[in-house]
Amino acid sequence: MRILVAMSGGVDSSVVAARLMEEGHEVIGATLHLYTAPQQVQKGTCCAGQDIRDARSVADKLGFPHYVIDAEQRFQESVITPFIDSYAAGETPVPCVACNKGVKFTDLLDLAREIGAEAMATGHYVRRVERPNGVELHRPRDLDRDQSWFLFATTRTQLDFLRFPLGDMPDKQSVRHEAERFGLAVADKPDSQDLCFVHNGSYSQLVERKYPEMVGSGDIVNQEGHVVGQHEGVLRFTVGQSKRLGNAASLKGERQMVVGINPQLRRITIAPRAQTSMNTLTLREVNWLIDPPDQEVECWVQMRARETPRRARVMPTSQETAFVFLADPAMPAPGQACVFYQDSRILGGGFICRPNTEKPI
Amino acid sequence: MTYLDANATEPLRPCAAEAMTEAACIVGNPSSIHTAGRAARALLENARETIARALGADPLNCIFTSGGTEANALALHALGVGRRFLVGRTEHDAVRQSVPTQAPLEWLDVDQNGQIRLDLLEQSLAQPGALPAFVCLMFANNETGVLHPMAEIVRLCRHYGAHLHVDAVQAVGRVELSLLEQHFDSLACSGHKIGGPKGAGALLIQNTTHTSFTPLFVGGGQEQGRRGGTPALPSIVGFAAALQDALQHPVAYESLRHRLEQAARSLGAVICGEKAPRLGNTSCLALPGQKAQTQLMRLDLEGICVSAGSACSSGKVTISHVLEAMGLGDLAGQAIRVSLPWNVTEADIEQFIQTYTRLVAISTKTP
Repeated sequence: MRILVAMSGGVDSSVVAARLMEEGHEVIGATLHLYTAPQQVQKGTCCAGQDIRDARSVADKLGFPHYVIDAEQRFQESVITPFIDSYAAGETPVPCVACNKGVKFTDLLDLAREIGAEAMATGHYVRRVERPNGVELHRPRDLDRDQSWFLFATTRTQLDFLRFPLGDMPDKQSVRHEAERFGLAVADKPDSQDLCFVHNGSYSQLVERKYPEMVGSGDIVNQEGHVVGQHEGVLRFTVGQSKRLGNAASLKGERQMVVGINPQLRRITIAPRAQTSMNTLTLREVNWLIDPPDQEVECWVQMRARETPRRARVMPTSQETAFVFLADPAMPAPGQACVFYQDSRILGGGFICRPNTEKPI
Repeated sequence: MTYLDANATEPLRPCAAEAMTEAACIVGNPSSIHTAGRAARALLENARETIARALGADPLNCIFTSGGTEANALALHALGVGRRFLVGRTEHDAVRQSVPTQAPLEWLDVDQNGQIRLDLLEQSLAQPGALPAFVCLMFANNETGVLHPMAEIVRLCRHYGAHLHVDAVQAVGRVELSLLEQHFDSLACSGHKIGGPKGAGALLIQNTTHTSFTPLFVGGGQEQGRRGGTPALPSIVGFAAALQDALQHPVAYESLRHRLEQAARSLGAVICGEKAPRLGNTSCLALPGQKAQTQLMRLDLEGICVSAGSACSSGKVTISHVLEAMGLGDLAGQAIRVSLPWNVTEADIEQFIQTYTRLVAISTKTP
């Protein structure tokens, strides 16, 4: 069948393309041009970044057509700008979710359909399982590479069309062996680090360019509003964090954590760890990968990219909102995702709202 | 494969292949003074004579370059010193990106047909007290084939003492051109757009242009000190052969294009620049609501090679600055360019029409 492979230029999606070719599919490669890195602009190289070149050379080597898709404006509008605005609202955003949901699984997937592809494959480490009553999304075999949390916003229609051939790979080394077996030059290419559009490792520059008032040091206050310390910039903090609080990390023998961020006042609010946790949270932009339930669902929730899931009950409150009751209290960061699992299967998920201050949409 | 992307590059003409193979076997460097060098030099000068004469220029003022981009860049750099640049909005990047950074620059607007607004050109030229102008306007547009009213432009430029540089990369070999008779001050052309090999172009300069000439690079002083570096003899010789062949065997593009455009129009396509005089081989077809990128991919997957906008080095399809300048709005991102090469056949046109029809039918079905 004709399959469009979303190729980032890395080893994972390259192996996906090679394997599908080997299986006899008609592979068409596509690489999204999402942003122009500052060093590319300086060198005047327009937009032919290394990753695009790598993807193209894999396609040339294996002999399938490859196209570069301009998604720069869409990426700016649907991923980078909301990411910056979310920080400015004192949240800790997950731009990869927005990118997967919009640019990749909406725009690129539409393109795949338009060119007559019957499926679209990516190099994500998740498993797609076909059952008699529908398609399910599961954690991958290699839990060290699990990307399921970032894909909670995938709709069931999208999932129908998607393929994730790396979901069954035992480990990254096997993927690299596969790349070597196919003779791909990207076999040794290092994994991408951090956020793709952040250069020199500093997203704060991006945020500060749009919100200069967020630059610089500010007060650390306790819940009564008394100044208990100083910090070097609100962007270094996430709700739930205990690091980087300096002398305020421990007050009167009690360990403290961040419970609120006010970027406009450059103020970090802290509270004793023991008192701060909460049992309930509200979610927005909820997506269900099962039939949307009309009553509480017992499941496990994961509220950060890397953390052990916790027991919880999820109560849908509208089509796009839900209420979560945690079995044990926790301190989730607004803007992060809360993803519902049953064993390895994703049931759904949503974004964590700021407590009290934010009404679900 | 059906190749309809002549304005990107044309298939090599057999006579050009033959000429360049022969030249490639010549051992000498045209700058050497020995027998081998003289043999190479003779071939080079012969090609210069052929190209210059064919384009109504003096061989003395025909400077060989690596192609159209260099010929344009050289013109702007070498002949534009101390002038202000007036550049058409629909010019190719080879011109748009070559204006010296410190030089004053004004963009010349086009009308909805893609032709230069003569009233605005005159307004710019007539600015009292301004530096003398260096006007850059292409003979035929690479995306739409639209021709500017050159006779009028020449008249205005002469009247106001402006230098007129004409990027004729798409026009050379496809229409009759004469630097001397048409009174262009300089003209850039390229070999591979007319079935010559890639790697050779030329800058032709009017004899009466008495400006100091600052080369882009001096090197060993080749091309009378105006373009350093050993000339690419095989490509240049191939260029000359291709140009001769193109002028001797003009192709009746219009009837083929007419068929193609009639079919496209009946399927809802808009033909960009249709109301202006156009190069006979070029057709710019916009399909409302259909992204150029998708059309291109779908045609490619069916074995039809066409293009859209101007491809950048990454190969992504960007919105056409030409169609934007013509005020076509969303259509600027929904147009493909079909350009017929010298060896186009009726079967190629039929193949295109069939495939295009099928694709339009499918896209109107998709929700």
